[in-house]
Amino acid sequence: MSHHAVPAPRPRRRSALPYGLLVPALVALAVALAYPLGRQVVLSFQEFGLAQQFGQPPAWVGLENYRALVTDGYLWTVVARSLAFCLANAALTMALGIGLALLMRHMAKPIRLLVQTGLLLAWAMPVVASLTVWQWLFDTQYGVVNWLLVRLGGDYQGHSWLLEPLSFFLVATIVVVWMSVPFVAFTVYAALMQVSDDLVESAEIDGANARQRLHHVVLPSVRPVLLIVGLLQVIWDLRVFTQIYVLQQAGGTTRDTNLLGTYIYRLGIGGGDFGTASAVALFMLALTVLITAPYVRAMLRQENG
Amino acid sequence: MARATRRPLRLAANLGGLVVFLLCAFPVYWMVNSSLLPRNRIRNPEPSWVPLGGTFDNYRRVFDTGRFFDAMQMSLMVTLLTVLVVLVFAFLAAVAVSRFRFRGRTSFVVTLLVIQMIPVEGLFISQYKMLEGLALLNTVLGLTIVYVASVLPFTIWTLRGFVAGVPYELEEAAMMDGCTRVQAFRRVTFPLLAPGLVATGVFGFIQAWNEFTLAVVVMTREESKTLPLWLSIFTDVNRGTDWGAIMAGSTLIAIPVVLFFLLVQGRMVAGLTAGAVKG
Repeated sequence: MSHHAVPAPRPRRRSALPYGLLVPALVALAVALAYPLGRQVVLSFQEFGLAQQFGQPPAWVGLENYRALVTDGYLWTVVARSLAFCLANAALTMALGIGLALLMRHMAKPIRLLVQTGLLLAWAMPVVASLTVWQWLFDTQYGVVNWLLVRLGGDYQGHSWLLEPLSFFLVATIVVVWMSVPFVAFTVYAALMQVSDDLVESAEIDGANARQRLHHVVLPSVRPVLLIVGLLQVIWDLRVFTQIYVLQQAGGTTRDTNLLGTYIYRLGIGGGDFGTASAVALFMLALTVLITAPYVRAMLRQENG
Repeated sequence: MARATRRPLRLAANLGGLVVFLLCAFPVYWMVNSSLLPRNRIRNPEPSWVPLGGTFDNYRRVFDTGRFFDAMQMSLMVTLLTVLVVLVFAFLAAVAVSRFRFRGRTSFVVTLLVIQMIPVEGLFISQYKMLEGLALLNTVLGLTIVYVASVLPFTIWTLRGFVAGVPYELEEAAMMDGCTRVQAFRRVTFPLLAPGLVATGVFGFIQAWNEFTLAVVVMTREESKTLPLWLSIFTDVNRGTDWGAIMAGSTLIAIPVVLFFLLVQGRMVAGLTAGAVKG
C-alpha cells in the first residue's frame, strides 16, 4: 500500500462521543455475528436433530458431535478436498494475476485498455450470471467447449463435464479463477505502477539483469500488496460455496463434490442435524484462523510498523 | 513504471493481451448473444456466433413466466434497505475511528479486519436458527439483518480511508472562522466525503444484490426468492434446459451490476488503498 502520510487523528480530551458513534455498528455486529457465533458454540455441544426441530429440548452431549466428526472418514475427505481446491485455486489465481500484471506493463496502450476492459467485465459479472454462462459453455449437447474440442479432434461429442468429480472441479476452478484474476491483476498492476523508476534504474546501473531486478527490486516493493491479495484469495477460495452449490444443483454428485461450505449446508439446513453442522462450521472457522494467522500477524506488523 | 520495452517482449505481451481479452470477454459476449437467439439456433450442434436475425422472445419468456418481477422486487427491497442502514452505521463508525483517538480504537479496527476473514459458511447455521426463532425466515427484515452485518465491516474499513483522506486541518480552519465543530464537519468535510459515500454505497449495493449463500439459507420459500436464487432455480430445470431464457435472465441481472461496477471501480480501489494506510 502507498505510504503517503495520513494525518494522525488529533488527541482530544476524553469524551463519550466516539463510543456513541460506534454504538449502531457494534449493535448490528453483535446481533448478527457475535450472538450467532456464541449460539453456534452452544449448538455444537448439543444433540439438535429432527426431534428438536419439533419441540423436544436439545440434549447436552458434550463433545459427542466432535467425536463423531473426527472419527468420520468423510469429514477428512471433505477437509482434504477443500484444502486442495483452495490452494490450487488461490495459487492459480495469484500466478495468473501477477503474470498478467507484469505483462500489462509491456503492452501497447490500446491493447492494455482492451485487456483492462475485459478484466473489468469479468470482474463485474454477478456470480450467478457467470455460473450460468459457464454452464452453458460447458453444456453437454450444445456447449461451445465441446464443439471446439470436437473440432480439435477430441472425443467430446456429448461429453458431460459435471458427472465426474475431477472434471466437476475443473469447471468450478475455471469459473472461480475467471472471476478472481481481475481483482489480483488490477491490484498488483496498480502497485507495480507505484514502484519508482529510479529504484529499478539504479539496480540496472548496478548491473542487475531483468530477472534479478524483478526478484530483488520490483517484487519486494509490492510484497505488502501481494500479501493481502494472497490472503484474500485463500480465504475466499476456502469458503467457496455458491459455485459448488449451483454446479451441484446442475448435475454434480453431491457426496463426491462437497466442500466444507456445502457439507455444512447439507448437514444442517438440508438434513436438519444442526448440532453436527455447527461442529463442522466451527471446525471450518478454526481452520480459517489457523491458515490465515501468519498472514494476519504479518499485516498487523505492517499496520504498526 | 513506464519503461522502454524490447520489441519481442512487447509483441509477446500484446499477443498475450489479446488472448486474455478474448478469454475475459467471450463468456460475457456469449451470454448476451445467446439471450438474443431463437430456440432452434440455440439447440443446434453448430453454434451461432452473432445474433443476426435474433429475437427478444427469450426476454419475453422471462417476463411472462417465472417470477422475475417478484424476485426483483424482493432483491430491491433487501438491497436498498441494507445499503441505507449500512451507510448510516458505517459513516458514524468511520468518523469515530478516523477523527477521534479513544481507548479501544485499535482493537475495533483489528476486529473489523478479523471479521472480514470469517466465512459466512461458518456462521449461517446459527444465523438460520436465530432468524427461525424470531420468525424472520423468508422476510425482508431477516435477510437484511444478516446482510447488514456482512457488508458493514468492509464499508467501515473503506469509509475510514475516505474520511481520513479529508484533511482535518480544513475542519480546524473552518472552526477558527467561527463554525462549530458540527457545522465545520457538515459544511467542509461532508461535501468532500460525498463521492466516497456514493462509491461505498454502490459497492454495498452490488454486494447485496449479488449475494447468494445467505439468501439460499434464509429465503427458503418460493415466493421470497431474490434474483440470484430465482436464476439458479431457472437453471435447475434439467429437462431440456431453456438456455435462451436463462441467458436473458442472466443478462438482465448483470446489466445494472456491470454498469454500477464500472462507475465506482476506480474510486473503490483508491478508497481501499487509503483505508489500508496506517491510521
